[in-house]
Amino acid sequence: MSNIELINDKNLDCSFAIFKDANLTLESGSILKNFKLAYKTFGSINKNKSNAILVCHALTGDQYVSGHNPITGKDGWWSRMVGPNKPIDTNKFFVICSNVLGGCAGSTGPKETKENEQNIYGRDFPSVTIKDIVNAQVKLLDALEIDQLFSVVGGSMGAMQALQWSIDFPNRVQSIIHIAGALKHSAQNIAFHEVGRQAIMNDPNWHKGNYTENNAIPERGLSVARMIAHITYLSEDAMHRKFGRKLQSRDIISFGFDADFQIESYLRYQGRSFVERFDANSYLYLTRAMDYFDHSESYRKTLEFVNNQKNNIKYLVISFTSDWLFPTKENKEIVEILNSLSRNVSFLEIDTDKGHDSFLLDEPELDYVIKGFFNSNYGKINE
Amino acid sequence: MNNLRSIRKDWDLIESLIKDNSRILDIGCGEGDLIQQLEKNLTAKVHGIEKSRELALKGIAKGLNVTHGDAEKDLLQYSNHSFDYVILSQTLQAMIKPKKILKELLRIGSKAIVSFPNFGHWKIRLQLLFNGKMPITEGLPYSWYDTPNIHFFTLKDFQNLCSEMNIVIENSIGLTNKGKQFSINGSLLPANIITNEAIFLLSYKDFEPIKLKSTNKIFNKNSAIVN
Repeated sequence: MSNIELINDKNLDCSFAIFKDANLTLESGSILKNFKLAYKTFGSINKNKSNAILVCHALTGDQYVSGHNPITGKDGWWSRMVGPNKPIDTNKFFVICSNVLGGCAGSTGPKETKENEQNIYGRDFPSVTIKDIVNAQVKLLDALEIDQLFSVVGGSMGAMQALQWSIDFPNRVQSIIHIAGALKHSAQNIAFHEVGRQAIMNDPNWHKGNYTENNAIPERGLSVARMIAHITYLSEDAMHRKFGRKLQSRDIISFGFDADFQIESYLRYQGRSFVERFDANSYLYLTRAMDYFDHSESYRKTLEFVNNQKNNIKYLVISFTSDWLFPTKENKEIVEILNSLSRNVSFLEIDTDKGHDSFLLDEPELDYVIKGFFNSNYGKINE
Repeated sequence: MNNLRSIRKDWDLIESLIKDNSRILDIGCGEGDLIQQLEKNLTAKVHGIEKSRELALKGIAKGLNVTHGDAEKDLLQYSNHSFDYVILSQTLQAMIKPKKILKELLRIGSKAIVSFPNFGHWKIRLQLLFNGKMPITEGLPYSWYDTPNIHFFTLKDFQNLCSEMNIVIENSIGLTNKGKQFSINGSLLPANIITNEAIFLLSYKDFEPIKLKSTNKIFNKNSAIVN
C-alpha cells in the first residue's frame, strides 16, 4: 500500500507530495519505489471539485507557474497568463502546476538523492517518458483527491503532456489546451536535442554524469545546449527585429571572436544564466523524454478504441505562424485526426513573428482565446 | 451579405430545415453565431470551419468547435457522412471551385444546405441592362474589382448544376428583396426573377452511408471525394 505525505516547504515556497512504496512502473520497465513531486497550487478548489486546471510546464519550466520564483528570483514562467483576473483566472479556477518527474526543481530526478541513500541518482536515474511524467501527475491528483480536471493546458513539452492526458486518462479530463506541440517529436527536433546533449556529454566536467561527486558542473556544455535550443525557440524575423546585425558595446568589429554582435552576447547570456538554474543531467533526461514522444501511428486508433468512444473532451489546439520547431502543420495533424472522428475540437493559428516561444510571450490573441475557451466551456459543462 | 436582418432570416430558414439533435458542420461559420443558435435551439452537435483568424478566434472563445482553416483546402479532414447537415451559407459564390465544394458538402454531410444570392434577380438584370455596368445591390454590395464573390450564378444555373451532378433538391426556399419567403417550386411568378436569395436542402439520390464510409480517408488525400 502506498503511503502519501503532503508537506509545505516554506523556503522553497512550494509543496511536496511524497509517495512511499508507490512502485511507479516506468515505460522502460524500471520501477520507482518512492518518488516525490514538487508542486504549487493557486486559487481554491470549489465544493464539487470541478474547477481544477493542471498547467504542464515545458522542457525547462518548473512548478512556479505564477507568482514569485524563489530559485530565479523572478516572476513565475507564465505569470502573465495565470493569476487573479488573468486569462487563467485563479479567482475562478484552482490551478495546479508540478515539476515534472526527472526535473530539477524539487521533483524526483537525477539531481535528487536515491531512495534510502546519501548519493544522488545522476546517470543511475531511470529513463522517463512523457507517459511516465503524466502517470506521476495522476498520483498527485489522486493525493489531492481530484477525480476530474476541468482542463489540462500546456505549451511545447507541456502540450505533449496535455495530449498524453487525453489519451491515457480521457475520463479524468474535460478539456485540454494544446499549444505549439505535435503528435511526435520530429527528426529535426531530435537532431537539435542531440547536438545539445553532445555538448553536455563532451564537456570534461560532465564526468559521465557524476559531476556532483566530482565537485564539477558541465557549465560550458549545458550553456551551449541552451544557446542552440534558444535559437530554435525564436524565429528569423524576431531575431532580425530584435538584434539585426547590431554590435554589442562597440562601434567597430573586433576582427576576433569576442561577442561582437548583440545576438552573440544575448545567447551567451542565455547560456550562462541557464546553468545557474538547471541541472545538466535533467536536461539530458527531459530532452530524451520529448524525443521518445510519438503518437503518429497510434493516436487515431487510441481515439477509436472502444473505451474512448464516449470521449467528450473539448480540445483546443493552437499554433503560431513563425514556430518552426512545432510548426502549424504538425499541430494540424492532431486537429485533422480529431475532426475526422468528429471530436469536439477547435484550432487556431496565431499570426506572430515570435516563434515557438510565443506561448510564453505577450500575445493578446492567445490570452483572449484561452480566457474565452475556459470561461465559456466551464459554463457549458457545469451549468 | 452585410445585411444583418436578411442574414438572420436566412438563418431562421436554415434552422427550419434541420431536425433536432443533428450533427452540423457550418462552412465559413464566421464567429459562430449560426451554429450557436442551432446548438441552443436544436440541441445540435455543432462544428464550424472559418478562414478568418479574427472570426475563428471569437467563435472558439464562445466555446464552439471552430477549426481555423480554408474550406477550399481543409475539408478533406472530415470523414464521409460524419455530419447530418453541412451548411454553406452565402459563400458558394466566393469559392474558387464551387462545384468541387458542392461535391465535398455531400461527401461530408448526409444533407447539405446551401444559400446564395441570386444573380438572376430582376433588379440585377435591370441594372446590367440599363446601366451596362456590373450590378451593385444590397445583397451583392461590392464593386467588381474588390468583390470576394468571384463566381456569379443564378438560381437556374444552380438548379442545372444540381441536376448535372445528380443532386436531389429536397427543398428550396426563395426570399424576395423585401424578405418575403416562398417555395421556389410552388411559385406562380418566375422564381429566377423574384428570388433575391435562395436556400436549398440537398442530398444524393442513392445514399448509401455504410458503403461510402472510409476510415483511412485523411491518410489518402487523393481518394477523399467519393460519390
